[in-house]
Amino acid sequence: MYTMVLSISHRISGVFQSAGLLLLAAWLVAAAAGEPAYEHASGWFALPWVKLVLVGWLAAFWYHFFAGLRHLAWDAGKGLDKASARRSGAWVVVLAVLATVGCLLAALPLLGVGS
Amino acid sequence: MSLRPALGTVLGSGSARAGVEHWWSQRVSAVASALLGLWFIYTLLTLPSLDRVALIAWLADPVSATLMLLFLLATFWHSALGVQVVIEDYVHHKALRVLGLLAARYLHLLAGGAAAVSVLKLSFGEPA
Repeated sequence: MYTMVLSISHRISGVFQSAGLLLLAAWLVAAAAGEPAYEHASGWFALPWVKLVLVGWLAAFWYHFFAGLRHLAWDAGKGLDKASARRSGAWVVVLAVLATVGCLLAALPLLGVGS
Repeated sequence: MSLRPALGTVLGSGSARAGVEHWWSQRVSAVASALLGLWFIYTLLTLPSLDRVALIAWLADPVSATLMLLFLLATFWHSALGVQVVIEDYVHHKALRVLGLLAARYLHLLAGGAAAVSVLKLSFGEPA
């Protein structure tokens, strides 16, 4: 059951990041369009709910990153038995949480906290 | 037992031979996206600021601009392949599935293309 949740989470975090790519494109297009457009876009990115989406994107990246490594190991024929899959799944969650929190701490100034 | 001819049951499902190519492309783009994704997050966290002037100074460096273009190529490619699989797996209505696959592919090309042109413009454009 728990490995099934991890499996569907890989797809959900992937689709979420695909939506995030639209934000990335919008950010770059705004920057290329000129200072007024970039100011306007920066206003959007400063909104609390957009910041929350960006934090979600970060978490989705790290989850998808570690779960993806697990998939590549499976492709190589490693860790396919039930016990290994359960253990590696737990590692994916732990590492994703640690990496997300680490990046958030490093990004506090960028997110406008304490500045 | 269905009396539909074999061709009628497989139309719209893609070529039987396309699977291996898709599988391999997904892995190639996955490894590239992972490495360049790490680079992109590290870059965002270490840029002196996220204002437009800092962005232009960053992309004026050809190494940064090249890596950024490769990051866009890898992630939009990987995303297009992944979204394709999700649509194929969950959209069972044949016409909707084909429309969804077309829309997703074109949207990836449009957004990825616009992002890449923007990077080039920022990289080659006159200083802010």
